[in-house]
Amino acid sequence: MNLLEINHLKKSFENLDVLHDISLSVKEGEVVAIIGPSGSGKSTLLRCATMLEKMDEGELVYLGKYAVKNGENGKAVYAPQKELKEIQGYFGLVFQNFNLFPHYSVLKNIMDAPIHVQKREKEEVLQEARSLLKKMGLEDKETYYPCQLSGGQQQRVAIARALALNPSILFFDEPTSALDPELTGEILKVIRQLAEEKMTMVIVTHEMAFARDVADRVIFMDGGYIVEEGNPKEVMEHPKEERTKQFLARFSS
Amino acid sequence: MSTANMIGQLASGMLATCEIFVLTLVFSLPLGLLVAFGRMSKIKPLQFITKLYISIMRGTPLMLQLLVVYFGPYYLFGIKLSTGYRFTATIIGFAINYAAYFAEIYRSGIQSIPYGQWEAAKVLGYTKNQTFFKIIFPQMVKRVLPSVTNEVITLVKDTSLAFVLAYAEMFTIAKQIAAAQTTMMPLFVAGLFYYIFNLLVAGVMEYLEKRMSYYQ
Repeated sequence: MNLLEINHLKKSFENLDVLHDISLSVKEGEVVAIIGPSGSGKSTLLRCATMLEKMDEGELVYLGKYAVKNGENGKAVYAPQKELKEIQGYFGLVFQNFNLFPHYSVLKNIMDAPIHVQKREKEEVLQEARSLLKKMGLEDKETYYPCQLSGGQQQRVAIARALALNPSILFFDEPTSALDPELTGEILKVIRQLAEEKMTMVIVTHEMAFARDVADRVIFMDGGYIVEEGNPKEVMEHPKEERTKQFLARFSS
Repeated sequence: MSTANMIGQLASGMLATCEIFVLTLVFSLPLGLLVAFGRMSKIKPLQFITKLYISIMRGTPLMLQLLVVYFGPYYLFGIKLSTGYRFTATIIGFAINYAAYFAEIYRSGIQSIPYGQWEAAKVLGYTKNQTFFKIIFPQMVKRVLPSVTNEVITLVKDTSLAFVLAYAEMFTIAKQIAAAQTTMMPLFVAGLFYYIFNLLVAGVMEYLEKRMSYYQ
């Protein structure tokens, strides 16, 4: 079953068309990497998929439930608030600059939404938060505040925070772009581990080697179009499109 | 008049001053938040009204505003109010004036919170209310505290403006004694009182700032 389906998504800011007719589907357990130059629309695509940005046209479907449908005039129509709220729970997002809540401790950052949004039992959430922290290698940091942590640690807390809501699909928006190479490794290790556990993920990234190794499918975007997509080794080692070759040439040296 | 007698008279004025101070804060701090919401609202007329309100409150003397609040009901609408209204008018005048200043301070604080905080909260499923009160508001308070301290200190001294409504706060009494006894002493005591009051205010605010310094 497709966990996520995006059909004919179009988005423009003012008069600038950022996304032209993007269609994309993600199956359960699949890891999709989106690569491409700056300004190609990768982040906007992710922001439309996570409903941080309103799409102009197209459809957005999570687990068979429509978040956005095409209206009669061809414009995107969003589902009622109540349905959107439910759909919101199907996915999580990890930001480039973490966006942890600075006034909450690590533990509270992770536990607050499960308790106050999902209304789950505190004890149960605490146990899950602790096991997530352990998985992230941060079991000794639960009482720390984000400003006391390194960038890599903050991002791991952000991943734990997203996972604590048990999303069906997890999005990453350039999760390592704000980190130095050493800290980047920490985060990639965590994502790799999640991939091994068959977590469904869509990752916008500039880490080419990582995309090739971890992703089941890679999507190359440019100028608001999906230029090429497919098996990572094929797309990245034997790209068919000229634009893809050009882009990848800068990384292979 | 003995010094003890004078201090005794001033003390009753100090109580009145404290009353104005506390009640003004009790009303203007939350009212300022409402005004800030109006000012940041997407509803244009509401935005316009609050903008006008802030502009008038900041652009005209507080002394004049106190007079309008006190005499306005009678001269504008012919409503006769008892002399007890004197105190109420003082509090209303101060509260609506300070709310305008607090509103702008809050607005700057709210707008200084990175937009990513709203987005992170939205993706985690928080409602708009939860996002504001749990995520944005506490961070805003920390950021605006130094500016609020400034206003609160100004308020301590501004309470002396209540004299225009002949409300017997401390400075009014000090002036009366000074005039009757031809002595500077009461004014000196009054000055000392304001200074110590503000020392306390600054101390409390510093304590609050320290309490919130556990994060950046």
